[in-house]
Amino acid sequence: MTDANGTIVAADGRPLKASLNRALRREKMRAFLLILPLLAFVMLSFIAPIFDMLFRSVQDDITSRTLPQTVIALDDWDYEGTEIPSEAVYEALYYDMFFAAEAKKHTALGSRLNYETTGMSSLFRQTGRSLDDMGEDVIEAMEDASEALDDSAFWASIFLTQDSSAGSNAAAARAWASSIADMELRLPAGAYLSDAAAETLPNAARQYAAFAMFTHSVDEDVPAEEDPWESVWLALAEDLTAGDLSYDGVGAEELAAVQAAVTAPMADFTYTAAFLDQDEDWADREVIGTIKTFSSPYTAGYFLTAVDLELTPAGAQAVDEDVQIYITLFWRTLWMSMTITFSCILLGYPIAWLMANLPDRKANLIMILVLLPFWTSLLVRTSAWKVLLQQQGVINDTLVWIGLVGDGSRLALINNATGTIIAMTHILLPFMILPLYSVMKGIPPSYLRAAKSLGATDWTAFWRVYFPQSVPGIGAGCILVFILSIGYYITPEIVGGTKGVFISNRIAFHISSSLNWGLAAALGSILLVVVLGLYWAYDRIVGIDNVKLGG
Amino acid sequence: MAIASDNGAFVEFERVQKSYDGETLVVKDLNLSMPKGEFLTMLGPSGSGKTTCLMMLAGFETATHGDIRLDGQPINNIPPHKRGIGMVFQNYALFPHMTVAENLSFPLEVRKIGKSDREAKVKRALDMVQMGAFGGRRPAQLSGGQQQRIALARALVFEPELVLMDEPLGALDKQLRETLQFEITRLAHDLGITVVYVTHDQTEALTMSDRVAVFEAGRIQQLAPPDELYEAPSNSFVAQFIGENNTLEGVVTAVNGDICTVKLDSGDVIDAKPVNVSSVGERTKVSIRPERVEYNRERLSDDAHTLKAEVLEFIYMGDIFRTRLRVAGTDDFVVKTRNAPDQRRLKPGEQIEIGWLPEDCRALDA
Repeated sequence: MTDANGTIVAADGRPLKASLNRALRREKMRAFLLILPLLAFVMLSFIAPIFDMLFRSVQDDITSRTLPQTVIALDDWDYEGTEIPSEAVYEALYYDMFFAAEAKKHTALGSRLNYETTGMSSLFRQTGRSLDDMGEDVIEAMEDASEALDDSAFWASIFLTQDSSAGSNAAAARAWASSIADMELRLPAGAYLSDAAAETLPNAARQYAAFAMFTHSVDEDVPAEEDPWESVWLALAEDLTAGDLSYDGVGAEELAAVQAAVTAPMADFTYTAAFLDQDEDWADREVIGTIKTFSSPYTAGYFLTAVDLELTPAGAQAVDEDVQIYITLFWRTLWMSMTITFSCILLGYPIAWLMANLPDRKANLIMILVLLPFWTSLLVRTSAWKVLLQQQGVINDTLVWIGLVGDGSRLALINNATGTIIAMTHILLPFMILPLYSVMKGIPPSYLRAAKSLGATDWTAFWRVYFPQSVPGIGAGCILVFILSIGYYITPEIVGGTKGVFISNRIAFHISSSLNWGLAAALGSILLVVVLGLYWAYDRIVGIDNVKLGG
Repeated sequence: MAIASDNGAFVEFERVQKSYDGETLVVKDLNLSMPKGEFLTMLGPSGSGKTTCLMMLAGFETATHGDIRLDGQPINNIPPHKRGIGMVFQNYALFPHMTVAENLSFPLEVRKIGKSDREAKVKRALDMVQMGAFGGRRPAQLSGGQQQRIALARALVFEPELVLMDEPLGALDKQLRETLQFEITRLAHDLGITVVYVTHDQTEALTMSDRVAVFEAGRIQQLAPPDELYEAPSNSFVAQFIGENNTLEGVVTAVNGDICTVKLDSGDVIDAKPVNVSSVGERTKVSIRPERVEYNRERLSDDAHTLKAEVLEFIYMGDIFRTRLRVAGTDDFVVKTRNAPDQRRLKPGEQIEIGWLPEDCRALDA
């Protein structure tokens, strides 16, 4: 039946498509519920971590998080120029670093930046230790000027109030401090940053608020009982020397005295000098440039490193030839995987053919022999190849004994590419034989007979009739073996030496040893893209419909 | 071409034996000779050795003993691709990765025939099986009947003198099978080729062949034209295997030239034609075709032996009536009568008398 618009309708007048969908909905729901547990498991344990890892390859917010003010101040600085950064940059760096050092976050940043410029790690570590000593003269002058500053409660009485109308003065300080500490910080319950202090002593108020939050949230102490950090003292000195003191709250008298005493030492003090006294490298354009280059929360740096480039303050550049490694490794992984795949075809095809054409009993025996290695631990099999292939190993001994090679010129079969290819061909061979076998099993012998009865020689019959029909098996085997081998890591690690390792070994190194997960993620992403690209090319050339795992 | 053998046979099996395991013979002492242009069918139940014979002729199996000659030449040691024998397989065996035209072109290509020649021959062969429009299709896009036509064309395209067919119509439905049976015989006669056809379907064998070889247990039980096979089976296996048949068992009590008397196990006495019984006292199976049994007393001669029978079942089949009777102790004695206007329609339970001409009743081996 059709309605006025020409759409086909069911007996009750609904469109037929809608009726069909309704009828099938229950079926679909049930099918979906059946796969739901697996779907949830895979999403949680596999897909989500993969996306997390992929995200790490571009995520790089450690600099902007740990040195938030410095990164902003560095906006005006030009790497290409000749100036060192302004005093404002070093001031921001001092406060950022001071808080980061208290929160023990500065070494992580140092390690991260050390991937890009060597020496940054120790620079951050050493500077972190001596931040307390910066502006010593100023702080001593302040202590001499007023006894009250030695009293923790005095500081608290200036900056903190119980008046809840002063609610949001600490918001900026809180955002800043939380970013560096990488956790939510807050003032003790019922304590607020005082209005008077926030308006007239802005720097000190911010630093004290950060100190108080950290003391409360991380150290879990009472701020009024703890001595404020040196950074708070210096910030107060900044405020006191910034102009006329309009502060008239608690302790105004004492602060006036301090103001008088601190003017002279502050005139001599600059943050720039303090940092440069500590380490000349703080004036190094590379060091500051590196901080500026990696100040964005997202970076292409890991991907550039993964293809032997580096992100420098001047843009992407090739790294020195003697440290180029990743492109070489990618190429090696590709050509060795292809060699392994090809060897597997050469060795596996005749076996699969034999199995497909023998009576079942004998074919099953061969099948067991093919599967036997599967039931042995991968590590054991790989180690066995070490015994066989080494210079004093079974194969070399036999060759020498036969007289094929001299005792002095034993073949290097292990700890190089040869070793990896031999061992991996052996390990991956079943993945080639099984799909080949099942496809060949589905080719009736009558095709070969027909070809011969039509006048084809054995070879022509095989090549023109049998082989084309076994191509789907070769395709399936190739995809399995190639994709498995491109990501293989244990065997190359054990028998590959330095010349026979794959990119996956490098990824493993960055995951577990150098802890440069961003780079590992970038390498992994590239590998994933390469494999997907090859898969796509395979689909275009061979056609994925032509891949069969079974007859 | 080659020197013909003495008797002019085109295909010849001489004392051929075949064993797969060295313990049992699948083919026992096979002797067969076919003139050129004959359509010979090997008929038999599965495992009777007929397909093995075909495979030996094609060259896919080697004879354990004996000679196979083609056109006078022993071919035992010639590999299959040099025998020049066309073959049609039960599952068609069309190469799935080639188009229909490529399939047909294949035997011509391996014979190094030029491109234009090839195309002409392929076209002619496709037209011959009325599949001219299907050259560009893949075998998977064709129906079973179409595939079998293509397989037939492929086996004929290189103009072999001998074509072997291994149950080629086994997978098709009845109507299609009948059409193709007719087409295959027509082609074979038109082209003058010699055909060896293997089947287990006796109707197919009877309707298509010049001669039928009935196989059983590795031997040819009877080799004869279809009418002779049906009307004059030479032993009880052939009688049972070809067509429907009523069997009564008994002992020969008298032999008198063309007529012998048989005392059935039930005690009744009948006349029969002795085929492979020769002496009094031998046990025999008497075979009568259902359509040769008569129950209209007026149509039987006066001296004919008759048997009492009880109607168990009467089936109306349109053109014929099929009546099952209880006769001389058996419950499955079948009578077929033509649906003629004057024919009596029997009712179950009715007691009747049946009889037949002595020459229609053959006394065979027990």
